[in-house]
Amino acid sequence: MKKILAIVVLTGLLILLLSSFLEMPVLGSIENPSYNDTTHYYLDNAVEDTNAPNVIAAIITDYRAFDTVGETVVLFTAIAAAASVLRVLHDDSNKEKVKH
Amino acid sequence: MQLLNVVLVIFLIVCAIAVERTKDLLGAVIIYAAYGLVMAVLWLFMKAPDIALTEAAIGAGVTAILFIGVISRTRRME
Amino acid sequence: MDDLIVKTITRIIIPFIQVYGIYIVLHGHISPGGGFSGGAILGASLILYTLAFGYKDAAKKMPHHVGAILESGAILWFLALGLIGIFAGGNFLTNRDAGFYMGNLSMLFNAGLIPLVTLGIGAKVASTMITLFHTIIEED
Repeated sequence: MKKILAIVVLTGLLILLLSSFLEMPVLGSIENPSYNDTTHYYLDNAVEDTNAPNVIAAIITDYRAFDTVGETVVLFTAIAAAASVLRVLHDDSNKEKVKH
Repeated sequence: MQLLNVVLVIFLIVCAIAVERTKDLLGAVIIYAAYGLVMAVLWLFMKAPDIALTEAAIGAGVTAILFIGVISRTRRME
Repeated sequence: MDDLIVKTITRIIIPFIQVYGIYIVLHGHISPGGGFSGGAILGASLILYTLAFGYKDAAKKMPHHVGAILESGAILWFLALGLIGIFAGGNFLTNRDAGFYMGNLSMLFNAGLIPLVTLGIGAKVASTMITLFHTIIEED
């Protein structure tokens, strides 16, 4: 009974994903929704605005620099969490406290 | 070029299924590193060399080493 | 691990990996690359050193407090660069209007904010990789 339910649910998910996949534009298509005014603005003005030949670097560290601040904060939070969990066990002065 | 692309995508799917089916965690990590390397080649085919560099360094190199470090502290078998 | 061949090869190959990583970080605004990929390559070279020479030697080259200073310093450097834009009368992380040096197109030092930010991200990612690896493999 459980197996049949799982197969039905997974088949429905497969049909959903395949139907949306067939609607997607092909790679590099001119009708791609991401190929809009913002793309045209970046491609036309990025070199004059930032003076950097690499448009990708101009986007991620100048136009979208605030997103990059967020990514850096994510890295900082990850390393702070890992260090605070793992370093406590290695520190000799804390070992007695952890055991009890 | 199209044929190579299809072969690489099929290899990617086989790798993704094999990572999930493998009982040996060290083998699963090595298969995952192969997955990352093939993914880097596919990013290069999609005209994204930035992402290909990052994927080759992080996905195939550092992630596998970090996983192996974690396995050496815990158990190898699932 | 105490193997002469691995140690010799590592000693020869590490400078080339690090020069490649620094090249990718510095040329992030000219050619494909940038802070994340270059920093990952720099961190991978230090991880290779740890694997070949053991944790004790690597902890002498890259102690934990240096990693902590690099982590905090890089993110504060990034935020300070953003605050320059506010003090110059623009938005957070303004580039051209805040008076950064623009230079000539496709020279190494141009584009104002972008190489400085990329340098900070590169240092941050490299120190994150090596600190995470050292924290995980550290013995009691």
